[in-house]
Amino acid sequence: MAQHYTTRFGSLERYDKGGVEVVNDDARNYVFSNLFEVASRAKPYEKVAVGKNIDYVIEAIRAEGISGWRAPAHDEFALVMDGEVEIRLLKLDNPGLVSPGTKGSVALAGTPAGRKMGVVRARRGHMTLLPVGAAYQFDAPRPGVILLQTMAGADTVERWGDICQTTPRRNAR
Amino acid sequence: MSKTTDAVPEIGSIEPNQHGYRSFTLGAFRFDRDEYFTHVAWPKGHHMLPVDAFLRALQRDIAWGFFYGIVNFDAVIGTMNHYGSVDLFAGRFNDHYRRAGLDHSERFTTPLIQRVFEAMLDDWTNAGFDPFASPQETGSAFGPKHGSNKEAITRHRVTAKRMIAAPGDEPLRTDDNGFPVNRHFHDVPQDKPDVRAEPGFEDEVVAFNLFAYLSRSDVTWNPSIVSVCKASLYCPTTEEYILPVIHGNDRVEWFVQLSDEIQWEVEDRDTGAVRARVTMKAGDVAAMPADIRHRGFSPKRSMLLVWENASPELPALYASGKMPPTPVQF
Repeated sequence: MAQHYTTRFGSLERYDKGGVEVVNDDARNYVFSNLFEVASRAKPYEKVAVGKNIDYVIEAIRAEGISGWRAPAHDEFALVMDGEVEIRLLKLDNPGLVSPGTKGSVALAGTPAGRKMGVVRARRGHMTLLPVGAAYQFDAPRPGVILLQTMAGADTVERWGDICQTTPRRNAR
Repeated sequence: MSKTTDAVPEIGSIEPNQHGYRSFTLGAFRFDRDEYFTHVAWPKGHHMLPVDAFLRALQRDIAWGFFYGIVNFDAVIGTMNHYGSVDLFAGRFNDHYRRAGLDHSERFTTPLIQRVFEAMLDDWTNAGFDPFASPQETGSAFGPKHGSNKEAITRHRVTAKRMIAAPGDEPLRTDDNGFPVNRHFHDVPQDKPDVRAEPGFEDEVVAFNLFAYLSRSDVTWNPSIVSVCKASLYCPTTEEYILPVIHGNDRVEWFVQLSDEIQWEVEDRDTGAVRARVTMKAGDVAAMPADIRHRGFSPKRSMLLVWENASPELPALYASGKMPPTPVQF
Protein backbone atom coordinates (compact mmCIF):
# COMPACT_ATOMS: atom_id res chain seq x y z
CA MET A 1 0.00 0.00 0.00
CA ALA A 2 1.36 3.41 -0.93
CA GLN A 3 2.31 5.47 2.08
CA HIS A 4 0.78 8.96 2.31
CA TYR A 5 3.01 11.73 3.60
CA THR A 6 2.03 15.13 4.93
CA THR A 7 4.49 17.98 4.55
CA ARG A 8 4.36 20.39 7.46
CA PHE A 9 4.99 24.05 6.79
CA GLY A 10 4.55 26.80 9.35
CA SER A 11 2.36 29.91 9.26
CA LEU A 12 1.50 32.87 11.42
CA GLU A 13 -1.62 31.04 12.53
CA ARG A 14 -0.01 27.69 13.14
CA TYR A 15 3.56 26.83 13.90
CA ASP A 16 5.30 24.38 16.19
CA LYS A 17 8.58 25.29 17.73
CA GLY A 18 11.53 23.08 18.53
CA GLY A 19 14.45 24.26 20.60
CA VAL A 20 17.83 23.61 22.13
CA GLU A 21 18.40 20.96 24.78
CA VAL A 22 21.72 21.77 26.36
CA VAL A 23 24.08 19.03 27.50
CA ASN A 24 27.17 21.15 28.07
CA ASP A 25 26.73 24.51 26.42
CA ASP A 26 24.83 27.79 26.49
CA ALA A 27 21.57 27.80 24.54
CA ARG A 28 22.29 31.36 23.42
CA ASN A 29 25.13 30.06 21.25
CA TYR A 30 22.52 28.66 18.86
CA VAL A 31 20.58 31.96 18.53
CA PHE A 32 17.44 29.87 18.24
CA SER A 33 14.17 31.52 17.22
CA ASN A 34 11.12 30.87 15.09
CA LEU A 35 10.47 33.26 12.23
CA PHE A 36 6.69 32.92 12.47
CA GLU A 37 6.77 33.73 16.16
CA VAL A 38 9.02 36.72 15.46
CA ALA A 39 6.73 37.98 12.70
CA SER A 40 3.63 37.44 14.83
CA ARG A 41 5.02 39.92 17.35
CA ALA A 42 6.45 42.42 14.88
CA LYS A 43 5.06 45.61 13.42
CA PRO A 44 4.19 45.54 9.72
CA TYR A 45 7.34 45.60 7.61
CA GLU A 46 9.66 45.76 10.61
CA LYS A 47 12.92 44.16 9.48
CA VAL A 48 13.77 41.83 12.35
CA ALA A 49 17.02 39.91 11.98
CA VAL A 50 16.61 36.21 12.76
CA GLY A 51 20.06 35.31 11.44
CA LYS A 52 23.29 37.26 11.23
CA ASN A 53 26.59 36.26 9.71
CA ILE A 54 28.94 39.24 10.13
CA ASP A 55 27.69 41.71 7.47
CA TYR A 56 24.84 39.54 6.25
CA VAL A 57 21.40 39.01 7.74
CA ILE A 58 18.19 37.19 7.10
CA GLU A 59 15.20 39.18 8.22
CA ALA A 60 11.74 38.02 9.20
CA ILE A 61 9.29 40.61 7.94
CA ARG A 62 5.61 40.75 8.78
CA ALA A 63 3.88 41.65 5.53
CA GLU A 64 0.66 43.48 6.24
CA GLY A 65 -0.85 46.27 4.16
CA ILE A 66 1.26 48.42 1.85
CA SER A 67 4.91 49.01 2.68
CA GLY A 68 6.97 52.06 1.93
CA TRP A 69 9.28 51.95 -1.07
CA ARG A 70 12.80 50.67 -0.46
CA ALA A 71 15.87 50.44 -2.66
CA PRO A 72 18.62 47.89 -2.08
CA ALA A 73 22.32 48.53 -2.60
CA HIS A 74 22.72 45.01 -3.97
CA ASP A 75 20.46 42.16 -4.98
CA GLU A 76 18.09 41.01 -2.25
CA PHE A 77 15.80 37.98 -2.27
CA ALA A 78 12.32 37.82 -0.79
CA LEU A 79 10.99 34.38 0.11
CA VAL A 80 7.32 34.35 1.07
CA MET A 81 6.89 31.96 4.00
CA ASP A 82 3.19 32.64 4.61
CA GLY A 83 0.40 34.53 2.89
CA GLU A 84 0.35 36.31 -0.45
CA VAL A 85 2.40 39.38 -1.25
CA GLU A 86 2.38 41.61 -4.30
CA ILE A 87 5.84 42.93 -5.04
CA ARG A 88 6.07 46.05 -7.22
CA LEU A 89 9.35 46.89 -8.89
CA LEU A 90 10.41 50.25 -10.26
CA LYS A 91 13.64 51.19 -12.07
CA LEU A 92 15.00 54.26 -10.32
CA ASP A 93 15.54 57.35 -12.45
CA ASN A 94 18.16 58.36 -9.91
CA PRO A 95 20.21 55.36 -8.74
CA GLY A 96 22.13 57.82 -6.58
CA LEU A 97 19.31 57.60 -4.05
CA VAL A 98 21.31 54.66 -2.71
CA SER A 99 24.79 55.82 -1.75
CA PRO A 100 27.75 53.70 -2.84
CA GLY A 101 28.80 51.36 -0.06
CA THR A 102 25.34 51.15 1.45
CA LYS A 103 24.50 47.80 3.01
CA GLY A 104 21.01 46.43 2.90
CA SER A 105 18.35 48.79 1.61
CA VAL A 106 17.25 52.34 2.23
CA ALA A 107 13.76 53.68 2.77
CA LEU A 108 12.58 56.12 0.12
CA ALA A 109 10.21 59.00 0.70
CA GLY A 110 6.93 58.63 -1.16
CA THR A 111 6.95 57.00 -4.56
CA PRO A 112 10.31 57.44 -6.23
CA ALA A 113 10.62 58.59 -9.83
CA GLY A 114 11.24 55.76 -12.20
CA ARG A 115 9.86 53.35 -14.76
CA LYS A 116 7.56 50.53 -13.76
CA MET A 117 9.42 47.24 -14.16
CA GLY A 118 6.63 44.90 -13.28
CA VAL A 119 4.76 43.10 -10.54
CA VAL A 120 5.16 39.70 -8.90
CA ARG A 121 2.36 38.10 -6.94
CA ALA A 122 4.09 35.62 -4.65
CA ARG A 123 2.67 33.02 -2.33
CA ARG A 124 4.19 30.56 0.15
CA GLY A 125 7.48 29.19 -1.10
CA HIS A 126 7.91 31.72 -3.89
CA MET A 127 11.24 33.55 -4.09
CA THR A 128 11.53 36.91 -5.86
CA LEU A 129 14.63 38.76 -6.96
CA LEU A 130 14.76 42.36 -5.70
CA PRO A 131 17.41 43.62 -8.10
CA VAL A 132 20.01 46.28 -7.44
CA GLY A 133 19.10 49.53 -9.18
CA ALA A 134 15.40 49.04 -8.55
CA ALA A 135 13.00 50.07 -5.83
CA TYR A 136 10.38 47.74 -4.41
CA GLN A 137 7.14 47.91 -2.50
CA PHE A 138 5.24 45.09 -0.81
CA ASP A 139 1.45 44.85 -0.60
CA ALA A 140 -0.21 42.15 1.48
CA PRO A 141 -4.00 42.31 1.97
CA ARG A 142 -3.73 39.84 4.84
CA PRO A 143 -0.81 39.27 7.28
CA GLY A 144 1.98 37.19 5.83
CA VAL A 145 5.68 36.58 6.36
CA ILE A 146 8.67 37.35 4.14
CA LEU A 147 12.15 35.98 4.78
CA LEU A 148 14.60 38.46 3.27
CA GLN A 149 18.18 37.61 2.27
CA THR A 150 20.18 40.82 2.52
CA MET A 151 22.93 42.69 4.38
CA ALA A 152 22.50 44.34 7.75
CA GLY A 153 21.33 47.88 7.06
CA ALA A 154 20.30 50.94 8.97
CA ASP A 155 16.74 49.68 9.42
CA THR A 156 17.63 46.11 10.43
CA VAL A 157 16.25 45.46 13.91
CA GLU A 158 18.29 43.25 16.24
CA ARG A 159 16.59 42.14 19.44
CA TRP A 160 18.14 38.76 20.02
CA GLY A 161 17.39 38.67 23.73
CA ASP A 162 13.69 39.00 23.00
CA ILE A 163 13.38 36.47 20.19
CA CYS A 164 15.89 33.74 21.11
CA GLN A 165 15.92 30.84 23.54
CA THR A 166 18.06 31.67 26.56
CA THR A 167 17.26 28.75 28.86
CA PRO A 168 18.97 25.33 28.75
CA ARG A 169 15.71 23.51 28.04
CA ARG A 170 13.30 24.30 25.28
CA ASN A 171 9.78 25.36 26.09
CA ALA A 172 7.59 23.33 23.78
CA ARG A 173 4.92 25.47 22.23
CA MET B 1 52.01 18.11 9.62
CA SER B 2 53.82 16.61 6.69
CA LYS B 3 54.38 18.66 3.57
CA THR B 4 51.64 18.73 0.96
CA THR B 5 51.72 15.78 -1.39
CA ASP B 6 50.69 16.47 -4.95
CA ALA B 7 51.66 13.45 -7.00
CA VAL B 8 51.31 9.68 -6.91
CA PRO B 9 52.41 7.35 -9.69
CA GLU B 10 49.24 5.25 -9.76
CA ILE B 11 45.64 5.68 -8.62
CA GLY B 12 44.55 2.42 -7.12
CA SER B 13 45.74 -1.12 -7.57
CA ILE B 14 45.56 -2.50 -11.06
CA GLU B 15 44.35 -5.93 -10.03
CA PRO B 16 41.07 -6.15 -8.11
CA ASN B 17 40.91 -8.11 -4.85
CA GLN B 18 38.92 -11.31 -4.32
CA HIS B 19 35.70 -9.30 -4.06
CA GLY B 20 36.36 -7.48 -7.31
CA TYR B 21 37.39 -4.12 -5.87
CA ARG B 22 40.58 -2.18 -6.37
CA SER B 23 42.57 -0.83 -3.43
CA PHE B 24 43.75 2.77 -3.14
CA THR B 25 46.53 4.62 -1.36
CA LEU B 26 46.93 8.27 -0.46
CA GLY B 27 50.28 8.96 1.19
CA ALA B 28 50.49 6.52 4.10
CA PHE B 29 46.74 5.83 4.03
CA ARG B 30 45.43 2.68 2.41
CA PHE B 31 41.79 2.01 1.50
CA ASP B 32 40.34 -1.45 0.77
CA ARG B 33 36.79 -2.69 0.54
CA ASP B 34 35.17 -6.07 0.85
CA GLU B 35 31.51 -7.04 0.55
CA TYR B 36 30.38 -5.05 3.61
CA PHE B 37 33.13 -2.78 4.83
CA THR B 38 35.67 -0.15 3.94
CA HIS B 39 39.01 -0.79 5.63
CA VAL B 40 41.27 2.21 6.26
CA ALA B 41 44.85 1.72 7.45
CA TRP B 42 47.51 4.26 8.43
CA PRO B 43 50.91 3.82 10.09
CA LYS B 44 49.55 3.80 13.64
CA GLY B 45 46.21 2.12 13.25
CA HIS B 46 43.34 0.83 11.17
CA HIS B 47 39.59 1.27 11.05
CA MET B 48 36.45 -0.22 9.49
CA LEU B 49 33.33 1.61 8.23
CA PRO B 50 30.17 0.11 6.71
CA VAL B 51 30.72 0.59 3.00
CA ASP B 52 27.29 2.15 2.34
CA ALA B 53 27.95 4.84 4.94
CA PHE B 54 31.47 5.34 3.61
CA LEU B 55 30.30 5.81 0.03
CA ARG B 56 27.57 8.26 1.09
CA ALA B 57 30.16 10.35 2.92
CA LEU B 58 32.70 10.05 0.12
CA GLN B 59 30.10 11.14 -2.44
CA ARG B 60 29.31 14.32 -0.55
CA ASP B 61 32.92 15.16 0.20
CA ILE B 62 33.68 14.98 -3.52
CA ALA B 63 30.54 16.78 -4.67
CA TRP B 64 31.01 19.61 -2.20
CA GLY B 65 34.67 20.17 -3.07
CA PHE B 66 35.48 19.16 0.55
CA PHE B 67 32.95 21.72 1.81
CA TYR B 68 33.50 24.34 4.51
CA GLY B 69 35.79 23.00 7.21
CA ILE B 70 35.76 19.38 8.31
CA VAL B 71 33.89 16.44 6.80
CA ASN B 72 33.98 13.64 9.35
CA PHE B 73 33.03 10.33 7.73
CA ASP B 74 32.55 8.99 11.26
CA ALA B 75 34.22 9.55 14.63
CA VAL B 76 37.65 8.58 13.22
CA ILE B 77 38.11 9.24 9.49
CA GLY B 78 37.60 12.50 7.63
CA THR B 79 38.93 15.46 5.69
CA MET B 80 39.68 19.08 6.54
CA ASN B 81 39.53 21.67 3.79
CA HIS B 82 42.28 24.28 3.47
CA TYR B 83 40.87 25.58 0.16
CA GLY B 84 43.61 24.46 -2.20
CA SER B 85 44.79 21.56 -0.12
CA VAL B 86 43.01 19.02 2.04
CA ASP B 87 43.99 17.08 5.16
CA LEU B 88 43.04 13.42 5.22
CA PHE B 89 42.99 12.33 8.84
CA ALA B 90 42.39 9.42 11.18
CA GLY B 91 41.60 10.17 14.81
CA ARG B 92 42.56 13.84 14.44
CA PHE B 93 39.26 15.03 15.91
CA ASN B 94 38.79 12.14 18.32
CA ASP B 95 39.89 12.90 21.85
CA HIS B 96 40.80 9.27 22.64
CA TYR B 97 42.89 8.71 19.54
CA ARG B 98 44.66 12.00 20.18
CA ARG B 99 45.46 11.15 23.79
CA ALA B 100 46.71 7.71 22.77
CA GLY B 101 48.87 9.21 20.04
CA LEU B 102 47.18 7.06 17.39
CA ASP B 103 45.96 9.88 15.20
CA HIS B 104 47.42 10.57 11.79
CA SER B 105 46.98 13.36 9.27
CA GLU B 106 48.43 14.08 5.84
CA ARG B 107 47.88 17.04 3.54
CA PHE B 108 47.29 16.64 -0.19
CA THR B 109 46.65 19.08 -2.97
CA THR B 110 42.95 19.27 -3.69
CA PRO B 111 43.23 17.92 -7.27
CA LEU B 112 45.14 14.86 -6.05
CA ILE B 113 42.81 13.80 -3.25
CA GLN B 114 39.83 14.64 -5.44
CA ARG B 115 41.17 12.36 -8.19
CA VAL B 116 41.79 9.43 -5.85
CA PHE B 117 38.45 9.84 -4.07
CA GLU B 118 36.62 9.98 -7.40
CA ALA B 119 38.36 6.83 -8.61
CA MET B 120 37.51 5.04 -5.36
CA LEU B 121 33.85 6.13 -5.50
CA ASP B 122 33.62 5.02 -9.12
CA ASP B 123 35.18 1.61 -8.52
CA TRP B 124 33.34 0.84 -5.29
CA THR B 125 29.82 1.98 -6.23
CA ASN B 126 27.88 -0.95 -7.60
CA ALA B 127 25.05 -0.85 -10.12
CA GLY B 128 21.81 0.12 -8.39
CA PHE B 129 23.40 1.91 -5.45
CA ASP B 130 22.99 5.69 -5.38
CA PRO B 131 25.00 7.32 -2.58
CA PHE B 132 22.96 10.54 -2.82
CA ALA B 133 19.57 8.84 -2.50
CA SER B 134 17.70 8.09 0.70
CA PRO B 135 17.98 4.46 1.86
CA GLN B 136 14.43 3.70 0.63
CA GLU B 137 15.20 5.03 -2.82
CA THR B 138 18.32 3.07 -3.64
CA GLY B 139 19.56 -0.46 -4.02
CA SER B 140 22.25 -2.08 -1.93
CA ALA B 141 25.90 -1.06 -1.72
CA PHE B 142 26.91 -4.50 -0.47
CA GLY B 143 28.20 -7.66 -2.06
CA PRO B 144 30.91 -8.50 -4.57
CA LYS B 145 31.50 -5.97 -7.30
CA HIS B 146 28.72 -5.81 -9.83
CA GLY B 147 28.64 -3.03 -12.38
CA SER B 148 28.83 0.68 -11.69
CA ASN B 149 26.59 3.75 -11.37
CA LYS B 150 28.50 6.59 -12.97
CA GLU B 151 25.35 8.55 -13.74
CA ALA B 152 24.40 8.72 -10.05
CA ILE B 153 27.84 9.72 -8.80
CA THR B 154 28.54 12.44 -11.37
CA ARG B 155 25.41 14.54 -11.01
CA HIS B 156 25.52 18.23 -11.83
CA ARG B 157 25.84 20.30 -8.68
CA VAL B 158 23.50 23.28 -8.66
CA THR B 159 25.36 26.55 -8.07
CA ALA B 160 23.24 29.51 -9.09
CA LYS B 161 25.18 32.66 -9.91
CA ARG B 162 22.31 35.01 -9.07
CA MET B 163 19.08 33.05 -8.57
CA ILE B 164 17.49 29.91 -9.91
CA ALA B 165 15.42 30.72 -13.02
CA ALA B 166 17.16 34.04 -13.61
CA PRO B 167 18.21 34.48 -17.24
CA GLY B 168 21.29 32.41 -18.03
CA ASP B 169 21.27 30.83 -14.58
CA GLU B 170 20.38 27.37 -13.25
CA PRO B 171 17.08 26.08 -14.65
CA LEU B 172 13.94 25.03 -12.83
CA ARG B 173 13.28 21.34 -12.17
CA THR B 174 10.41 19.79 -14.10
CA ASP B 175 9.03 16.40 -15.05
CA ASP B 176 10.38 17.00 -18.52
CA ASN B 177 13.98 17.51 -17.45
CA GLY B 178 13.98 14.48 -15.19
CA PHE B 179 12.92 15.81 -11.81
CA PRO B 180 9.52 14.42 -10.76
CA VAL B 181 8.05 15.40 -7.40
CA ASN B 182 9.52 13.23 -4.65
CA ARG B 183 7.25 10.65 -3.01
CA HIS B 184 7.34 12.58 0.31
CA PHE B 185 6.32 15.88 -1.29
CA HIS B 186 3.29 15.06 -3.39
CA ASP B 187 1.27 17.53 -1.30
CA VAL B 188 3.61 20.46 -1.97
CA PRO B 189 1.87 23.03 -4.22
CA GLN B 190 3.48 23.33 -7.64
CA ASP B 191 1.99 26.71 -8.47
CA LYS B 192 4.11 29.44 -10.01
CA PRO B 193 4.35 33.04 -8.88
CA ASP B 194 2.44 35.47 -11.11
CA VAL B 195 5.14 37.45 -12.87
CA ARG B 196 4.13 40.42 -15.01
CA ALA B 197 7.20 42.16 -16.41
CA GLU B 198 6.96 45.36 -18.38
CA PRO B 199 8.61 45.27 -21.81
CA GLY B 200 12.37 45.53 -21.45
CA PHE B 201 12.44 44.28 -17.87
CA GLU B 202 11.83 40.58 -18.47
CA ASP B 203 15.35 39.72 -17.29
CA GLU B 204 15.02 41.55 -13.98
CA VAL B 205 11.49 40.71 -12.89
CA VAL B 206 12.10 37.12 -11.88
CA ALA B 207 10.56 34.78 -9.35
CA PHE B 208 10.17 31.03 -8.87
CA ASN B 209 8.62 28.54 -6.48
CA LEU B 210 11.48 27.43 -4.24
CA PHE B 211 9.38 24.90 -2.34
CA ALA B 212 8.26 23.25 -5.58
CA TYR B 213 11.87 23.28 -6.76
CA LEU B 214 12.97 21.51 -3.58
CA SER B 215 10.12 19.03 -3.76
CA ARG B 216 11.69 17.80 -7.00
CA SER B 217 15.19 17.27 -5.64
CA ASP B 218 16.42 13.76 -6.35
CA VAL B 219 19.16 13.83 -3.72
CA THR B 220 19.40 14.14 0.04
CA TRP B 221 21.76 16.10 2.27
CA ASN B 222 23.26 18.04 -0.64
CA PRO B 223 23.15 21.83 -0.19
CA SER B 224 22.90 23.62 -3.53
CA ILE B 225 23.14 27.35 -4.14
CA VAL B 226 19.85 28.95 -5.22
CA SER B 227 20.43 32.67 -4.52
CA VAL B 228 23.50 34.85 -4.06
CA CYS B 229 23.75 38.15 -2.18
CA LYS B 230 27.48 38.88 -2.49
CA ALA B 231 29.07 36.21 -0.20
CA SER B 232 25.72 35.27 1.37
CA LEU B 233 24.60 31.99 -0.16
CA TYR B 234 21.23 30.32 0.25
CA CYS B 235 21.95 26.59 -0.01
CA PRO B 236 18.69 24.71 0.56
CA THR B 237 18.58 20.95 0.52
CA THR B 238 16.15 18.13 1.14
CA GLU B 239 16.92 15.81 4.03
CA GLU B 240 15.83 12.27 4.80
CA TYR B 241 17.28 9.74 7.23
CA ILE B 242 20.74 10.71 8.57
CA LEU B 243 23.30 13.24 7.37
CA PRO B 244 26.00 10.90 6.04
CA VAL B 245 28.82 13.02 7.46
CA ILE B 246 29.44 14.83 10.72
CA HIS B 247 30.15 18.36 9.59
CA GLY B 248 32.78 20.23 11.58
CA ASN B 249 32.46 23.99 11.13
CA ASP B 250 35.27 26.39 10.28
CA ARG B 251 32.79 29.28 10.33
CA VAL B 252 29.29 29.95 11.57
CA GLU B 253 26.52 28.53 9.43
CA TRP B 254 22.80 28.95 9.85
CA PHE B 255 19.84 26.66 9.39
CA VAL B 256 16.25 27.65 8.59
CA GLN B 257 13.85 24.73 8.75
CA LEU B 258 11.49 25.25 5.84
CA SER B 259 9.34 22.18 6.38
CA ASP B 260 8.92 19.24 8.73
CA GLU B 261 11.53 18.44 11.38
CA ILE B 262 15.22 17.69 11.83
CA GLN B 263 17.04 16.91 15.04
CA TRP B 264 20.70 17.84 15.28
CA GLU B 265 23.30 16.24 17.50
CA VAL B 266 25.90 18.87 18.28
CA GLU B 267 29.36 18.01 19.55
CA ASP B 268 32.59 19.83 20.25
CA ARG B 269 34.38 20.06 16.91
CA ASP B 270 37.80 19.01 18.21
CA THR B 271 36.97 16.35 20.83
CA GLY B 272 33.54 15.01 19.94
CA ALA B 273 32.15 15.77 23.42
CA VAL B 274 28.37 16.22 23.28
CA ARG B 275 27.23 19.84 23.66
CA ALA B 276 23.55 19.98 22.73
CA ARG B 277 20.62 18.58 20.80
CA VAL B 278 18.75 21.02 18.60
CA THR B 279 15.25 20.20 17.39
CA MET B 280 14.11 22.27 14.45
CA LYS B 281 10.54 22.52 13.16
CA ALA B 282 9.15 24.52 10.27
CA GLY B 283 10.06 28.17 10.75
CA ASP B 284 12.77 27.56 13.31
CA VAL B 285 16.08 29.33 12.80
CA ALA B 286 19.35 28.35 14.48
CA ALA B 287 23.06 29.02 14.19
CA MET B 288 25.72 26.35 14.22
CA PRO B 289 28.73 27.95 15.96
CA ALA B 290 32.20 27.88 14.39
CA ASP B 291 33.60 25.48 17.01
CA ILE B 292 31.12 22.59 16.79
CA ARG B 293 30.33 19.62 14.61
CA HIS B 294 26.83 18.45 13.87
CA ARG B 295 24.84 15.60 12.41
CA GLY B 296 21.17 15.77 11.45
CA PHE B 297 18.36 13.21 11.65
CA SER B 298 15.25 13.72 9.50
CA PRO B 299 12.48 11.11 10.00
CA LYS B 300 10.52 12.40 6.98
CA ARG B 301 12.01 14.09 3.93
CA SER B 302 12.21 17.74 4.90
CA MET B 303 13.31 21.04 3.41
CA LEU B 304 16.24 22.75 5.09
CA LEU B 305 17.71 26.12 4.15
CA VAL B 306 21.44 26.09 4.85
CA TRP B 307 22.72 29.67 4.88
CA GLU B 308 26.44 30.16 4.36
CA ASN B 309 28.84 33.09 4.36
CA ALA B 310 31.42 32.16 1.71
CA SER B 311 33.86 34.98 2.52
CA PRO B 312 37.28 33.37 2.07
CA GLU B 313 38.91 35.14 5.02
CA LEU B 314 36.58 33.59 7.61
CA PRO B 315 38.43 30.34 8.48
CA ALA B 316 41.57 32.26 9.47
CA LEU B 317 39.59 34.80 11.49
CA TYR B 318 37.82 32.10 13.48
CA ALA B 319 40.93 29.94 13.86
CA SER B 320 42.96 32.87 15.18
CA GLY B 321 40.29 33.79 17.72
CA LYS B 322 39.77 37.22 16.14
CA MET B 323 36.17 36.26 15.56
CA PRO B 324 34.03 34.72 18.33
CA PRO B 325 32.64 31.27 17.44
CA THR B 326 29.05 32.44 17.90
CA PRO B 327 27.46 34.91 15.49
CA VAL B 328 25.85 37.30 17.96
CA GLN B 329 26.34 37.97 21.64
CA PHE B 330 23.39 38.90 23.78
